Amino acid sequence: MIVEHAFLVGFSKSFGLFYLIALSVAVAIHAMKPSNKQRFDEAARSILRDEAEPWR
Amino acid sequence: MIAQLTLIERQHAIMISAAIALLGGLMILAGRDDLMGVHGALISAASIIMIFRIGGSYYAPPPSEDRLRHYYDDPSKVGIVLSMMWVVVGLAVGDWVAWQLVNPDLTFGAGWSSFGRLRPVHTTSVIFGFGGNALIATSFYVLQRTSRARLPDQVTPWFVLFGYNLFCLLAVTGYMMGITQSKEYAEPEWYTDLWLVVVWVTYFILYLRTLARRKEPHIYVSNWYYMAFILVVAMLHIVNNLAVPVSIGHAKSYSAFSGVQDAMTQWWYGHNAVAFFLTAGFLGMMYYFLPMRAGRPIYSYRMSIISFWGITFFYMWAGSHHLHFTALPQWVQTLGMTFSLMLLIPSWASAGNVLLTLNGAWDKVRDDATLRFMMVAGVFYGLTTFEGSFMAIRSVNSLSHYTDWTIGHVHAGALGWVAMITFGSIYACVPWLWKRERMYSPKLIEAHFWLALAGTVIYVFAMWNSGIVQGLMWRTYNESGTLAYSFVDTLVAMHPYYIARAVGGLLFLIGGCLGAYNVWKTIKLPGTAAEHAGDLPQHVVLGAGIPQAAE
Repeated sequence: MIVEHAFLVGFSKSFGLFYLIALSVAVAIHAMKPSNKQRFDEAARSILRDEAEPWR
Repeated sequence: MIAQLTLIERQHAIMISAAIALLGGLMILAGRDDLMGVHGALISAASIIMIFRIGGSYYAPPPSEDRLRHYYDDPSKVGIVLSMMWVVVGLAVGDWVAWQLVNPDLTFGAGWSSFGRLRPVHTTSVIFGFGGNALIATSFYVLQRTSRARLPDQVTPWFVLFGYNLFCLLAVTGYMMGITQSKEYAEPEWYTDLWLVVVWVTYFILYLRTLARRKEPHIYVSNWYYMAFILVVAMLHIVNNLAVPVSIGHAKSYSAFSGVQDAMTQWWYGHNAVAFFLTAGFLGMMYYFLPMRAGRPIYSYRMSIISFWGITFFYMWAGSHHLHFTALPQWVQTLGMTFSLMLLIPSWASAGNVLLTLNGAWDKVRDDATLRFMMVAGVFYGLTTFEGSFMAIRSVNSLSHYTDWTIGHVHAGALGWVAMITFGSIYACVPWLWKRERMYSPKLIEAHFWLALAGTVIYVFAMWNSGIVQGLMWRTYNESGTLAYSFVDTLVAMHPYYIARAVGGLLFLIGGCLGAYNVWKTIKLPGTAAEHAGDLPQHVVLGAGIPQAAE
């Protein structure tokens, strides 16, 4: 199968643009969703818990 | 250390070493008429030494079950020591080649010491030797603590660490013998590349196995960065190094790519090596050690997520900015330039996160040189990513490309960001690992900090000046429309800057030596603080305040 140069260019200029925008929007929604706030705050604090040993 | 291994693990370690020794033996046979044979001998010798090391403690009493109650930190400890050894070697060779540019006679006439061979020795030693070992060591440390799970076994981490150092050793010795495939930051030849694939895939599987055992439901952001580093470097390394060797007993190989495809693949690799080796992994380090050392959570966890995905989406496409004004199609160049500009968003989100986390704790930054290393790293990260995006713009690139400005930019990132965050993390982590109250000498950390900062600033300013002078001289025409300056004229103009750069590098090297000495003395300090120093001696020592809300 020979993929034409023009096809590749067209593909990257159309699909390439939109899938990156879609991914960026998805990440922004995931990060900013108010219902996730507590989870993330908890995660940020989680490393500071004073524990010297692995959980068993 | 070997006493920590169970009998089965000792046997496995010996079998793996024996298999590698055998492989080295085969390389000696197949490559007997080639430089590859020398590398075969090196591999065999390294693995036989390893077998004897393990054999010497083979009959030591087996470790108690008690070991499973603690994180497995021996590989991290050895990794940090190796990292400090590589940094001294790498910086010393770097400063040597800097003086060679001041005075070419400093090669002393030998082939192995020519600039073209020593320069990759410098880059490989600092990037892969220093940076890579620090990343492996801290990744094991952070992974276990953030997952609250122990590494799944005690042999794989050693295989990753020693296998990786064998790769570095083969690379560096190869360059001095003239073995190179001439791809920047991917110089090692095919058999060394294959070896790294084995080590790297093992590293990734080890990471996943530990994560699968995690007791903490959320995967902390540092682990995302470390995983991106491991996964993407595997991908880049495999694709960029696709090559066909001349024969199975010959070190030389030919790339699967040619012409502009080769250039694009190389710079797709090269720029993503900057992104995922020199950025993602070190951001993983920063997102753990900075909050730990400052005693407060990261300012915005959300921002860290956005910058993580921003970096993974955008960096992939930025490599073509290395190929402006070449045979590469114009639209691919423009694509690289555009993505480089968009990278400002995730980069500044992380740099901002560093400064905002420290906002309100500036008294600690003033008093604690370790934290100051991390703060300055954040500042240089912000500056360098801004500069990088700026330099990727086609019209700016027409002035900056092929000049010393690029060297200045790279070192602002490598010295200012990568080395500073690493030294900061190592100074934070060494007392925790070896259960000491603190580093041997806080004064030496202070001295290291100022030497490193002064060295970086001198280096970067010298190269900015040199690069812009050089770029302008190259494009100056006289009335008759011909070039006003010859190439030698530009060399004369750059000479003073080269002296300044070598002096800056020397300061940075002295700082690195102080750091290595300080780490060594801390390890040798008598008496441990084991009774009261858990993983967080920070709280004990400084009595740091209660963690504050993230946002």
